[in-house]
Amino acid sequence: MSERIAISVTVNGVVHQAEVEPRLNLADFLRDHLRLTGTHIGCEHGVCGACTILFDGATARSCLMFAVQADGHAITTIEGVASPDGTLHPIQAALSAHHGLQCGYCTPGVVMTLLELQRERDGTPIEEAELRHALSGHLCRCTGYQGIVDAALDVL
Amino acid sequence: MKPAPFRYHAPRSRADLLALLAELDDSRLLAGGQSLVPLLNLRLAGPANLIDLNTVPGLDEIEMHGDTLRIGAMARQRATEHSSVIRLRCPLLTEALGHVGHQQTRNRGTIGGSLAHMDPTAELPVVASAMDATLWLESTRGARSLPFADWSAGYLATQIAPDEVLTRIEFPCWPTGHGWGFAEITRRGGGFAMVAVAALVLRDAAGTITRAAIAIGGLGATPVRATAAEALLTGRIPDDELIHDAAASAASLSAEGDLYAPSDYKQHLAGVLTERTLLQAIQRSGTHV
Repeated sequence: MSERIAISVTVNGVVHQAEVEPRLNLADFLRDHLRLTGTHIGCEHGVCGACTILFDGATARSCLMFAVQADGHAITTIEGVASPDGTLHPIQAALSAHHGLQCGYCTPGVVMTLLELQRERDGTPIEEAELRHALSGHLCRCTGYQGIVDAALDVL
Repeated sequence: MKPAPFRYHAPRSRADLLALLAELDDSRLLAGGQSLVPLLNLRLAGPANLIDLNTVPGLDEIEMHGDTLRIGAMARQRATEHSSVIRLRCPLLTEALGHVGHQQTRNRGTIGGSLAHMDPTAELPVVASAMDATLWLESTRGARSLPFADWSAGYLATQIAPDEVLTRIEFPCWPTGHGWGFAEITRRGGGFAMVAVAALVLRDAAGTITRAAIAIGGLGATPVRATAAEALLTGRIPDDELIHDAAASAASLSAEGDLYAPSDYKQHLAGVLTERTLLQAIQRSGTHV
């Protein structure tokens, strides 16, 4: 049962080859195998949103996918969001300016959803209700939602 | 919180998929994974084999054939939610999809996966019930179809045989001008519904209801149709009293209580939500008939 399967995954623009056990979830692959620990793991059953990544450009829970399923696909994690020189993405800068994070555990997932919203809205301002609906898939146990919403409304 | 070991299979064609299903014992099909993978992670499910449908092409079409909407089992919930043809012809489905999980889970979650999982509180089975959807199954033995009314086999169980796969769901669309309503009560946004109701109404030029469908989820293992309420409505011009009577009829359906909602509370919710969705459906109906 401990078969290993060879995969090739593009993460933040870099192609990675690996051999993985089928039951290895994608979040653990990113964190333990690629040492990209910015993707956080909270509940491991898809509820909390901390592990949200972009899978072929769309948000997905990386705890609900297996690494073998990423073979041939492209993933963006929080490590791939800021510029290589360290300049924050405007969404990250807005979160910082509006105190949109406290402990920061949920933040990488929140950023992924805001990136998706930004791409989908393509410059069309978002209503607060729609924004809160989109963010309802992320739990912030610091209860810092107001800062997150303020930041998102500022930048989207 | 990690799955037990399993063998992973990634068929590249429908023929390979059906052959695997015929050959393997103790297998589960992996669609979007938004319900199955939590069960695997929690070790509530532990199949020896996982067959991934994501590598099989041609299972995700969204197409109108006459007045029938055909949705491939692997069509993503969010792609379905954003489909302009569905918004136009089958707006109940669009509206209900906004209540399914969160956008991050709808990106992966599929229409067929939800209908095969048959969570008693899920939204899509309620829509399938209200619309009298037909489900198509395939195996090496051939293809067959089942009406949604015959689909359930109890809690989290369906009529799918171990060697079969759900490939397509057909929704007969209601005529242009029909009204629709969907509402549910959850303990928190995006959470599991305690009760969910879908209503469809068709009215003639005089305003008389010529056809009504009300489906209620959460009362038991599978959504139920409020057939007595539908009969009350049909042939009548709706007013507050009629809607109230229909809601009272829906609230008299039997309900199984659970940890969060005793049966009489669920019945109360069935009545409240039937009234809300009927008002929505009636307000949205009529002008185009």
